[in-house]
Amino acid sequence: MAALHVEGLARRYGEREALSGVTLTLEAGQTLVVFGPNGAGKTTLLRVLATLLRPHAGTVSVLGSSLPEQSWAVRGRVGLLGHEPLLYRELTARENLRFHARLHGVADGRVDELLDAVAMTARGREPLRTLSRGMVQRVAVARAVLHDPELLLLDEPHSNLDPAAIELVSPLIGSASRRTRVICSHDPTGGLAEADVVLGLRAGRPALLAPASEVDRSQIAELYR
Amino acid sequence: MYGKGLRALSIATVAAMALALSLVFFYAPLDAEQGFLQKIFYLHVPLAIVALCGFVLGALLAIAHLRTRDPRWDMRSYVAIHMSLIFGVGALITGSIWAKGSWGHWWVWSEPTLVSFLIVFLLYATYQPLRFAIEDPERQARYASVFAITAGAFVPLNFMAVRLASAYVHPRVLGSTSNLPGPMALTFLVSLAAMALLYATLCKFELTAKHTRAQLRALRRRLLGEIPDAQARRTRSAAPTLQPGATVGTQAASRTAL
Amino acid sequence: MSRTVAALLRKELLVELRTLESVPAMSLFAVTTFVVFHFALNRSVVDGDLAAGILWVTLLFAAILGVNRLFVADADQGGFDAFLLAPVDRTAMLVAKVITLLAYLVVLELVAVPAFGLLLLGPSIGDALPDLIGVLALGDLGVAVIGTLVAALAVRTRARDLLGPLLGLPLLVPIVIGGARATSPLLASVHPTAPAARWLLTLGLYDLVFGLIAYALFDFLLED
Repeated sequence: MAALHVEGLARRYGEREALSGVTLTLEAGQTLVVFGPNGAGKTTLLRVLATLLRPHAGTVSVLGSSLPEQSWAVRGRVGLLGHEPLLYRELTARENLRFHARLHGVADGRVDELLDAVAMTARGREPLRTLSRGMVQRVAVARAVLHDPELLLLDEPHSNLDPAAIELVSPLIGSASRRTRVICSHDPTGGLAEADVVLGLRAGRPALLAPASEVDRSQIAELYR
Repeated sequence: MYGKGLRALSIATVAAMALALSLVFFYAPLDAEQGFLQKIFYLHVPLAIVALCGFVLGALLAIAHLRTRDPRWDMRSYVAIHMSLIFGVGALITGSIWAKGSWGHWWVWSEPTLVSFLIVFLLYATYQPLRFAIEDPERQARYASVFAITAGAFVPLNFMAVRLASAYVHPRVLGSTSNLPGPMALTFLVSLAAMALLYATLCKFELTAKHTRAQLRALRRRLLGEIPDAQARRTRSAAPTLQPGATVGTQAASRTAL
Repeated sequence: MSRTVAALLRKELLVELRTLESVPAMSLFAVTTFVVFHFALNRSVVDGDLAAGILWVTLLFAAILGVNRLFVADADQGGFDAFLLAPVDRTAMLVAKVITLLAYLVVLELVAVPAFGLLLLGPSIGDALPDLIGVLALGDLGVAVIGTLVAALAVRTRARDLLGPLLGLPLLVPIVIGGARATSPLLASVHPTAPAARWLLTLGLYDLVFGLIAYALFDFLLED
C-alpha cells in the first residue's frame, strides 16, 4: 500500500487558496522532494500531512489512514521537522527530549542514545536559549525521530546546519534512515539527489510532478521564476 | 435564498410593532404608582428578554458550527450575538431611564435583573474584539463559537448568582406576567412578540446583506480575477465573511464530521 | 492519560522553576496591592464585607497575571504543535493546565493570606482559617478552570494581554460573589460566623458547570 496518497487536496486561508488540486502518490521507503518559492504552500502541505491542519477538500491518506477522520491513527507515526524546533527554550535538550519521550511513550534510554547521535550529550544540560541555532536544529532532529516514525516530514531540514552536522544527522533523517520522507527544499542539486519523486508547487498549485530521474535542474529553476 | 420571505417578515414586523405601540398607548391602563413612565416597561423588558434569548440562540448556533464546521452556522451565530448586543444597548438605556424616573437614580444595584444584564453585556462586549484579534478566518470562527457557547451558558448561571446576592427582594413588575392585570399582560405579550419579530427581521436583513456581499465578491472575482491583497485586507473585520467556495468546503466538512 | 498529565505537569514545573515568571510576580503583586489598598482607603484595619472584598479582588487580579502567562510558552515555542503531534488525549492538556494554575493559586494564597492578616485584617485570621481554606479552595478551582479556558482562548490572538482579563473578569463575577459573601462573616470583628451553605453551593455548582464546559470545548481551541 502507498505510504501517501493525496488526491485533489485543497486548503484555504480565508479567501486565499494555500493549496489546491494537489494529487500525488508515494510508496513506502521513497522520498518526495517538494520545490517551490516562498509561499507556494510547501509548509501547508507538510502541516496537512502531519494532521495539524485539516484538508478543506480532496482525500488524503497517510500510512493507510485517511485524514482527518483517522488522524488519531497517524499521530505518533509521523515525525515533523519544521522551521520551528517545537522545543521549550527554557528547558535543556535532555529535558525537552524526555518530555517528548513521555508524550510518545518512549523509554528514556532512547533520549541518551539520540543525544549521542546528534553529538549533543556534552551540552545536553544547558537551556536551549543558550545554544546556537545549529545546535537547536540538531536537538530538533533528535526530537523528530525520537519515536522512530515511519514517515518523516522535513521542512528544509539542513537550515542552520554546517556540513559536518549534515553528515551527523544523515543516518537519522537522510536516505540512510530508510524512512518514507517528504522534504521541502530550495536546493535543486541536493534535493534532486535525494528524491525519488519531485513535486513542484507554485502559488499552491502543482506545477511539476514527476519521478526524479525525469527531472532536470532547469525545470526546478523554472518554478522560482 | 437568504432574501426569500424578507418582505413578508418585514410587513409582519411593522404591523406587530404598530399594534404593540397602539396597545401600549391606548389600551393598557396607567400604572397606579408610576403613571405614564411605567409604559417604558413595554419597551425595556421585551428588549432585554429578546437580547438574552438572542445570546442563548447564538450559543446554540455556535454548537451547530462546532459540530458541522459549516461557516454558515458561525455567520448565523455572529449575527444573533451582534443583534443582541444592539438590543442590549437599548435595554440598558431604557432601564436606566426607568430607574431614574421611578427611583431617582440612573443606576440601581438593588435590581438583580438589571445588574446581571450589565455583567452579561460586558462579557459579550468582548465578542467582537476577540474575533477581530484572530487573523485566520477558520480559527476566528471556531474560537468565537467556543466563546459564544461559554457565554451562553454563563447567562443563566450569572442570573442565578446575582439573584442570590441581592439582599433586597423588590416587589417586581418585571419578569413574570402572572401578577400583572389582564390588559397589561396582554399588552406586554404583544410587545414581546413584536420585539421578537423585529429581532428576527433585522437578523435576516443582516444575513441577506452579508450573503449578497459574498456573492458580489465571488462575481467580481470571476470577472476581474484575484482581488489584490490590499483590497482583501481593507475588508477584514470582526464579522465573518462567507467564502465563495463555502459550499464545497461544507460538503468536505460534513463528510468529515464524525 | 495520567502519564500524559504527569509529563505535562513536570514540564510546567521545570519551566516555572527556571523562569520564575508567574508565581513570584503574582505573590508580590498581591502584597503590593494590600499596601495600595491601605493608602487608597486610608484604613489601617478592615473587617467583614470590606475585608472579604479586598482579599478577593486582590487574589483575582493576581490570578489574572498567572492566567495571562499560562499558555505563552506553548503558543510561542511550538508546544501546542508538539502536543498535537503526539498520540495522546487532548484533555490531558486541560487537566494539566488547570492543576498548574491551581498550584500557582495555592502558593499565591500561602503568601497573600498571611500577609493580609498581618497588614490589613482587624480580627485575628487564625480562627477563620479552617473555613477560609475551604472557601478559597472552592473559589480557586473555579478560577483555575475559567482561567485556563480564557487563557487558551486569548493566547493565540493579537491582543492576548487585553483579551484575557476582559473575557475573564465578567466570567469570574459569580466566583467573587460566592467567595466574598462566604468570606465576609468569617472576617467579621464581632461574632464571626461560618459561611452560609448557599454560597459554598453556588461556588461548587459554578465550578462543576464550567468544568464540564471547559472539558467539552477545550479540544476546539487546540487544533488549527
